[in-house]
Amino acid sequence: MLAAPTESAVRLVGVTKRFPGSAAPAVENLHLDVPRGGVVALIGPSGCGKTTTLRMINRLIEPTSGTILVEGRDTRSVDPIDLRLGIGYVIQAVGLFPHRRIRDNIAVVPRALGWDRGRIRARVDELAELVGLEQEQLDRYPDELSGGQQQRVGVARALAADPPILLMDEPFGAVDPVVRTRLQTELLELQSRVQKTIVLVTHDLDEAVTLADRVALFDHGGRLAQYATPDELLQAPAEAFVAEFLGSERSLRRLALRTVESLTLEDYPVIAPGASRASAREVLSTTGGAWVGVVEDQRFLGWVSQASLVGEGTVDDGDVEAPAASVAPTSSLRAAMDRIMTARTAVAVVEDGGRFLGVVTLDAVRAALAGADR
Amino acid sequence: MTNRNPLIRWDYVVTQRPAISAALVEHLQLTVLTVLIGSLIAAVLASVALRWHRTRQPIGAGTAALYTIPSVAFFGLLVPSTGLTRMTALIPLVAYTLVVLVNAIIDGFDQVPPEVEAAAEAMGLSRIRRVLGVRLPLAVPVIVSGLRVATVTTVGLVTLAAIVGQGGLGRLILDGLRRAFWTPLVVGALLSILLALILDALFVLLERRLAPWAKRRTKGGRRQVARP
Repeated sequence: MLAAPTESAVRLVGVTKRFPGSAAPAVENLHLDVPRGGVVALIGPSGCGKTTTLRMINRLIEPTSGTILVEGRDTRSVDPIDLRLGIGYVIQAVGLFPHRRIRDNIAVVPRALGWDRGRIRARVDELAELVGLEQEQLDRYPDELSGGQQQRVGVARALAADPPILLMDEPFGAVDPVVRTRLQTELLELQSRVQKTIVLVTHDLDEAVTLADRVALFDHGGRLAQYATPDELLQAPAEAFVAEFLGSERSLRRLALRTVESLTLEDYPVIAPGASRASAREVLSTTGGAWVGVVEDQRFLGWVSQASLVGEGTVDDGDVEAPAASVAPTSSLRAAMDRIMTARTAVAVVEDGGRFLGVVTLDAVRAALAGADR
Repeated sequence: MTNRNPLIRWDYVVTQRPAISAALVEHLQLTVLTVLIGSLIAAVLASVALRWHRTRQPIGAGTAALYTIPSVAFFGLLVPSTGLTRMTALIPLVAYTLVVLVNAIIDGFDQVPPEVEAAAEAMGLSRIRRVLGVRLPLAVPVIVSGLRVATVTTVGLVTLAAIVGQGGLGRLILDGLRRAFWTPLVVGALLSILLALILDALFVLLERRLAPWAKRRTKGGRRQVARP
């Protein structure tokens, strides 16, 4: 499938699809570039043509007009079977072959490509490790696995022949929310290792903004309403339809996209145990809160309240109360905000393996949303 | 005084052993031939029905109509044209298997989960690979169920072919009836029941061999069995 290097792994140029007997086109004059190594989510209301678009990429559906380039080659010039063997595909219902063991399910495409046994076996073992399947599970039949495990096999099967492109049609639509979140995390980890070009269809906005580098939002009738990064999309919807589709929680969704470490953590003044109460009061006047943080050897010990900082002497262990609400640097801003909302101290402490890194305040989160420190 | 006509007279069984064996072999041959020819014809008809949806209804109606012909009449009507030959026995026997076998094959292919077919196509399996490597193996349990029904039914129907001079064990039964002599009747009946049971058991083994995955799959739920 390797052709001359081009910017886009998949490029749709003026693609229109009309199904016979239907007046309105399913997809109309669509232009879309999927960058190599990128994850693009196709999203939109039912009947918006997102699945049709996906299925046109590997010629499961033939476009009525327009051109689709995969790795720089016009798909019309490639035999559909060869085209599909060179593109990984994951469907919502997984569709494992019930009569074949997991091992043989993963090996379907390599076998169709005529790989020798040794190579197939090695590849299956490698993939099992990659997607987190036990050796013992490889000899089972699909029905003996849970839905989540089956979906992992579905991903392994799609990756079997190491295709540069992966198409995913609502890949996690059939599993419960807990498993779905886990599989999404796994996919992101997997993607950081395999660096495929992924086009995925979803109707779940959270899934789209979590997984994708770019989101293509379709309107009814196969019109591409906006194609942007998740943050751009949520921050600046191009039109009323987009804003309506994104709903009223756009800001909260944007918070989910950013991590705590993307903030410039404020230089938040703290004291060491044994500091004088007078100096503690001074710190308090600069931070303006009701609590002073106590840090010793880069470990956050807790908070001392304004009320206990009367008189002279030093601050010691007995004064420390209100254990810290802490977040990891890799937590989302949304998680940080959640901690802030429930913490008495109104801020969250950032710790990396117990090491004090700084403090997240509501103001910092708000500033990030406003785009101040991007 | 001994009963001159008991259910079983062992001396008859001993002296007639060659004839009884021959009848059993003939019965088995007729059964196997019938199911074999029936399967081939059913495979063709079912393929047509699966490929061209509009032929489904007429094929279904046609095979069902054949099944409604009374068996004695069917055998009898053929005698003027094909005589007292094996052909005369085979034509109705084969015709009766079709409704079960055609439906079994169609049902077998129909119950292949659509997502399995969709995945097979999307991954790039050719049409031949999809049919032979995915749909057919998944249809096997239902097809074998149909074969079991067709075979057991045929073992029973073969006995009726005795009226056209064929019929294996049926001839023993007919002979017993004519002469009001129970031993050949009992021997013929018992052996045909035994034959049906053995053939049925062989199909169960065949299915376990061909579809080891299916036992687990149908745990807790009954698989659809094709019946006329």
